[in-house]
Amino acid sequence: MITVRSLTKRFGDFTALDDVSLEVEEGSLTALLGPSGSGKSTLLRVIAGLEVPDDGAVTIEGADATRVPPQKRGIGFVFQHYAAFKHMTVRDNVAFGLRVRRRPRAEVRAKVNELLALVGLEGLADRYPAQLSGGQRQRMALARALAVEPRVLLLDEPFGALDANVRAELRAWLRRLHDEVHVTTVLVTHDQEEAMEVADTLAVMEDGRIVQTGAPRELYEQPANAFVMGFLGPVARLDGHLVRPHDLVLRAAPEDERDVEAMVVRVTHLGFEVRVELVLPSGDEVSAQLTRAEADELEVKAGDILWLRAAGPALAVSA
Amino acid sequence: MRGSRLALRLVALGYLAVLLLVPVGLVFWRTFEHGLAPVWASVSTPAAIHAFWLTVEVAAIAVPLNALFGVIAALALVRGRFRGKWLLDALIDLPFAISPVVVGLALLLVFGRSGWLADLPVQVIFAVPGIVLATVFVSLPFVAREVAPVLREVGDDQEQAAATLGASRWQAFWRVTLPSIRWGLAYGVVLATARALGEFGAVSVVSGKIAGQTETLTLLVEKRFENFDLAGAYAASTLLALIALATLLAMTALRRREE
Repeated sequence: MITVRSLTKRFGDFTALDDVSLEVEEGSLTALLGPSGSGKSTLLRVIAGLEVPDDGAVTIEGADATRVPPQKRGIGFVFQHYAAFKHMTVRDNVAFGLRVRRRPRAEVRAKVNELLALVGLEGLADRYPAQLSGGQRQRMALARALAVEPRVLLLDEPFGALDANVRAELRAWLRRLHDEVHVTTVLVTHDQEEAMEVADTLAVMEDGRIVQTGAPRELYEQPANAFVMGFLGPVARLDGHLVRPHDLVLRAAPEDERDVEAMVVRVTHLGFEVRVELVLPSGDEVSAQLTRAEADELEVKAGDILWLRAAGPALAVSA
Repeated sequence: MRGSRLALRLVALGYLAVLLLVPVGLVFWRTFEHGLAPVWASVSTPAAIHAFWLTVEVAAIAVPLNALFGVIAALALVRGRFRGKWLLDALIDLPFAISPVVVGLALLLVFGRSGWLADLPVQVIFAVPGIVLATVFVSLPFVAREVAPVLREVGDDQEQAAATLGASRWQAFWRVTLPSIRWGLAYGVVLATARALGEFGAVSVVSGKIAGQTETLTLLVEKRFENFDLAGAYAASTLLALIALATLLAMTALRRREE
């Protein structure tokens, strides 16, 4: 378990962390989610000991770690750009942490083989990092971090430098790996889809502060504010409220006085879903998301007049 | 397009030929003009043998010292955060800016008979320590200037990764930093060695040029030249060039084996 209390970190005039507190549960996979410059990487680096906070405290498994150097925190860290040791083979990269701890050779060998099998790089043990693809390099970096059996695993935008399809594949793989290894993990990402898919808990950050913490579904359905709602998925604005486009219900005729009249501007078929763009009497535009069956039933087309209502949770915002 | 590229190549090669290959080649040719016997005779005189070993000894002390200093200075320049870094940056280049003769005179002022540090227990001026000091001074910037850009290019990601994996600073330096700067370091060492072997001005001022005691190979070449012993001067020059060439080849061989 990691506890972060009232952390503050400034770089010159820029406040990267502003009184941040967070609890990461034992064995969980927590994602720090936010746009660039929101302080999520700085928070991770403070937990790792790579940055020293100006104020506040970090506790790892009950022991105060605020002034403990990274070497002695029992962490594993994975960097966005791999930070592979370029002059070492894959095997030597993975063995690094064990070698600096002067573990017996036979033990190092066995452990490295086990980890290479875990990340699926057995056949590439004698290659150099330059001879690997980005995804393979990051799996090597993960094996290297896991070799020392860290108490916590910290991942800084681990898939940020990879192609979209490799990202998706590694994401699913990381989730399976975590279910197998169960090490307390903190993942930094700016990709909400990645965070929602992989993490048990999300902490959404904005301007150096944690805005909301909770399970992905909880945050998606009950966002604390417009920022969280907008960051976690698409939003439509209706009558001073923010709603999810898939929570908008369209009808051919009004059923009660809360329904709003709107004219269809454009209909886009995206396979399973159909996106309907409408314009309200006020001139505001709204985008609704329907299933194909719903769209077929309404026979929706551009120029139609329809009645609109939010059928899910809505967040009131000031105009 | 092809023609212009060919012309460019010819200009570059022509420039090198006129300025480098022809003069150096001429020295070699003049040296061996009358066969090996006279060359051997003139490089195996006691004065020449002493000059040879003195030159090697001075380089063997000065170059490792500057390699050590150069790596530390480069680390301080690239990784360090301290006040007055610009001053260190500027000072490292001082030996490039100051004429070696001035360096020699400055050393005389400090360590000479009426200098600040005239009463040291060891004799510096007109002795080997003075020659070493002068050589250290003139060959100081090479390693730092070669290593610093490599360090900057490599970045500190790998060092941070080493730290998170439990490596102490010392372990991170030996296992990660040093291997990643090794070719910059090697190149800096080659340049510093070449400079140390060939230093003339500063050494000429502080050594006193005592044959068999403080006479390095460059000083021997000058003396023989001034005494109209041209064949002897060529032979000593060739010896000097061969040592430098050997250093360069050794480094290339090492690099080849590594890759």
